[in-house]
Amino acid sequence: MAQTVLHTAASRGVADHGWLKSHHTFSFSSYFNPERVQFGALRVLNDDEVAGGRGFGEHPHDNMEIISIALEGTLQHNDSMGNSANIETGEIQVMSAGTGIYHTEYNKNAAEPVKFLQIWVFPNKRNVEPRYDQVKIESPAQPNQLVQILSPNPEDAGVWIYQDAWFNLGKLEKGSTVDYAIHQKNNGAYIFVIAGKVEVNGQLLDTRDGYGIWDTDGFTITADADAEVLIMDVPMNL
Amino acid sequence: MERQTEILVICTNAPILATVLRLLNTNENWNATGVASPEEALKMSREVQYEVFLIGAGLTDAEEEQVAAQVKEMHPDIHIIPHYGGGSGLLFAEIYLALGSK
Repeated sequence: MAQTVLHTAASRGVADHGWLKSHHTFSFSSYFNPERVQFGALRVLNDDEVAGGRGFGEHPHDNMEIISIALEGTLQHNDSMGNSANIETGEIQVMSAGTGIYHTEYNKNAAEPVKFLQIWVFPNKRNVEPRYDQVKIESPAQPNQLVQILSPNPEDAGVWIYQDAWFNLGKLEKGSTVDYAIHQKNNGAYIFVIAGKVEVNGQLLDTRDGYGIWDTDGFTITADADAEVLIMDVPMNL
Repeated sequence: MERQTEILVICTNAPILATVLRLLNTNENWNATGVASPEEALKMSREVQYEVFLIGAGLTDAEEEQVAAQVKEMHPDIHIIPHYGGGSGLLFAEIYLALGSK
């Protein structure tokens, strides 16, 4: 029988540093909730808003797969591998931190905030050579279809990471339904509602709610309003 | 004064190690020490009763496995944490959980 966990938007940890407003689905920085540490290999899901012209100064990471999805605005990235890039709305960026990487992230626009999701996944291989990639998220062939934006396979659609994880984005019109099949046994899926309202196997979810489901082969999402969802299909055991 | 929790960190990337130690030592209840090799980790483990061992970047899989096993043999109650974010993305939750929210 399917196991589930519901994390409503309002139950998330909140950090307000003035220039940075962040909602943490899982324990992060000064937000610590022993019952909200991870969903399998998915360790961090931060919903960040950075004020105009502000950002994160140079800081390091190691042994973590770090994914950013720009929701509004442009994020400016520079790193110790020599990458310098702008992540625009509708793009996804990935870094495999591996043996160590330094980077900065700033809001390119001086006047408007940038909004993005910052997601960390535990890698299945440690101490890899650090790598960076960024792609534009493709539009689906037909309305109300999911689009794969991340996988473990370099040849597959979207970016890739060192983990048996698959991410899909879906823009769903009110009344539409989409089925999702979990990719492999012992994986679970975490559904994050970016906008709108949906039902997952009958569970109502509002904007910025999160819902984990595992011990099942799949589930059905029904849009109760125009909606955008992110599905993160990750191993439940490390 | 309450005894500080002793934390050992191993990482071959010196700037990242320095960042991790700086962050750990902002907690006045913790005393974090950094080493850059398994040999140093074992030497320090003979001298100090560590409660947490963070395994950072730069070791081979075999080195990680071996040093973790040897440190565990010296200190059976030690908590070994291989995934803690690294650098300024330090995930304090992993340490709090290991220490029982101490």
